[in-house]
Amino acid sequence: MWRDTVLVAGKDLRIEIRSRVALSQVVPFGVVALALFAFALGPDRAPMAKAAPGLFWVAVLFTTVLAVQRSVSVESSDGARDGLRLSGLDPAGQFLGKLLSVAAQLLALEAVLAVGVVLLFGTRIEAWWLIVASCLLGTLGLAAAGVLYGALSAGLRVKETILPFLLLPVVTPVLLAGTRIWQAALAGGTPSYGSPWFHLLIAFDAVYLALGVVVYGPIQESA
Amino acid sequence: MAPAAPPTSALSLRNVVALSGRFPLLAGVDLEVAVGETVLVEGPNGAGKTSLLRVAAGLVPVASGRLAVLGLDPERYRTTVRRRVGLLAHASHLYDDLTVRENIRFAVRAAGADTGRIDGACERLGLVGRLLRTPAAKLSAGQRRRVALAVLVARAPELWLLDEPHAGLDAAARRLLNELIAEANAAGATVVVASHEPELVADLATRSITVVGGRVTAERSTGDGRPAGDTAVRSTGDGDGDGGPDTVALRAAPVPRPDGGIAHVA
Amino acid sequence: MTTTVPVTAAEPAATPAALLPPGLVQSRRMVWTTRIIGMAAAVTVALTVWLGLWVTPPDKVQGDLVRLVYLHPGVAWVALYLAFGLAAVASLLYLWPRTRSLFWDRLAAAAVEVGVVFNVCTLISGSIWGRPTWGVWWAWDARLTLTAVLLILFLGYLTLRRVPAEPDVRAKRCAYAALFAAVDVPLVHFSVVWWKTLHQGATVLNANLSPEIHGSMAWTLLLGFVALTLVFVWMLLVRYRIGALEDHLGSGELEVALLERRNEGAEAAR
Repeated sequence: MWRDTVLVAGKDLRIEIRSRVALSQVVPFGVVALALFAFALGPDRAPMAKAAPGLFWVAVLFTTVLAVQRSVSVESSDGARDGLRLSGLDPAGQFLGKLLSVAAQLLALEAVLAVGVVLLFGTRIEAWWLIVASCLLGTLGLAAAGVLYGALSAGLRVKETILPFLLLPVVTPVLLAGTRIWQAALAGGTPSYGSPWFHLLIAFDAVYLALGVVVYGPIQESA
Repeated sequence: MAPAAPPTSALSLRNVVALSGRFPLLAGVDLEVAVGETVLVEGPNGAGKTSLLRVAAGLVPVASGRLAVLGLDPERYRTTVRRRVGLLAHASHLYDDLTVRENIRFAVRAAGADTGRIDGACERLGLVGRLLRTPAAKLSAGQRRRVALAVLVARAPELWLLDEPHAGLDAAARRLLNELIAEANAAGATVVVASHEPELVADLATRSITVVGGRVTAERSTGDGRPAGDTAVRSTGDGDGDGGPDTVALRAAPVPRPDGGIAHVA
Repeated sequence: MTTTVPVTAAEPAATPAALLPPGLVQSRRMVWTTRIIGMAAAVTVALTVWLGLWVTPPDKVQGDLVRLVYLHPGVAWVALYLAFGLAAVASLLYLWPRTRSLFWDRLAAAAVEVGVVFNVCTLISGSIWGRPTWGVWWAWDARLTLTAVLLILFLGYLTLRRVPAEPDVRAKRCAYAALFAAVDVPLVHFSVVWWKTLHQGATVLNANLSPEIHGSMAWTLLLGFVALTLVFVWMLLVRYRIGALEDHLGSGELEVALLERRNEGAEAAR
């Protein structure tokens, strides 16, 4: 399974390096979303600073939908989805491989957006470790749920429109937890690793990782 | 883990029905292909030739009936069966953004095959030099077919399923393809070829079956000089138990009866 | 001299009678059970309405508005636990190979549909109750947010169900979606519970386990729960039967399709 994970992740990332779609479209979309929020909240810095954590995570969520759609559409060239099934790759490995690839793109995005938040909203980030931990855990969960739902909607003609509708409500816990942790971080909070929000993120990640490893194969076969 | 005994039967279908939604792709197919045979599948458009190959490759689930590929149930031993079977479909399963060489490497490594054969396969199929570094998006249809063939040759599966492989290839490539089929055969692989142009494969195939309306309607063994016209039979599988095709020569053409039976009028 | 080679299994087309669904759906027992449950539901609902609107006294603080207590917690309970819980369990049973059967898929779909209806009723009745009490039609507290997220999750399920696909494929896909949504529910629950809540604590199942509601109001509340449960069961049965009938119509088409496909062969052999 791990060998297949590396193989699929490598393949996806190599395609990404070649086509540079994440770099030229996915990440900029996140930045644009953040900028739109800034315009909407008006020139006054105070409400923007207060809303910054939530807006960051909302932008990440929207961009996740895009990243997942891209990941799914890579396989639609020339019947590659059939090719993956025929290849005898371990489905759990395929799931993890795609997850790694999506997660990598999301982490790159989050780094850019974090900088954007500091610049655009004028927030000051104090407790870096909280920020980093929440981003890592949150991204893992987003990628896991995203790849799963991507597989679920892959064979559908309406996949572009149904994916956001299915995925976004499900990743609400990540939004809530991420926002709360960021708020704590911006308020100079102490690293309370016993925080319930971290528990939530870990639970979310564990559940969707386990689910993905188990059901990704059957989902592929039934599409 | 799958059982390790070498299979005697490469492909075994008993009254297999396969569905796409409500539509029966295969409506009850009986077929036995022994290891090492080369079988030609003929039939009109929409008859189910492609579906037969896809079912054998494990892409389409069996709705009813029994299917054994290389002696194994493809749904229980999914990964094992898929690594030992190679399907050359209409689509080439290539990633547009990767180069030819990267695509082949990925496909071969994904199937768990030995990457040492890749260079040899590429040379054999004329994929050299700049072509190897071309992204798949820029290839012509014939070139894509060559790449898919290279993957097949490099993987060297035990069962080759070729869906109209000659389509889109120029004369030289067709000759090459026939050579490859012969080599695979000589190496002990089983080859099943679906084709609209049976004369291209006729001298390679040991047997020819006809698929119409989702069922195998005729079988004949080629290479023993009998012309195709007057030996049409209704195949019921391995009825005479000799492991080979059942050929019963009838002198007349079949005529459908009003109650649904078919009468052979002498 | 003619030798007949019979065409295997090319029977004449199934008669219309053979297309009628067997067993559970059309049996007289089932039809009558559904009718009886429907009537019981109607009776208990009528009784609850009468008791709730006329017989029971108004609240000291909330006045007549408190009568919503006979409706609102009931529909919420049905939606959350009965309907969606059933849908989750049925989806699991469908996915588990040993118990796989389209029965569970149809049951899950029916449960989700009825559950969504009850969920909407919960939100609306809650909103009506909230406006005079809290001053707002909506508030982002734990219970409300959770209920809203639940609604969206299962609306997603229903959308997925409408996407055309073979029954087995659709069933599998929807079962997975229901599973993912169901897993998400406790997670969302944990996260929103840590928010400050406007919602009052549980009336019956609260920390002290001593109900804060008494006398005729308590009995009416209980009756209300029973009535709404009966309504749920009746709607579930009806919806299930509709689904089963639809599926059966479809499988009759399969027989015809198989026949036509095989006759392609017979004709071409001519």
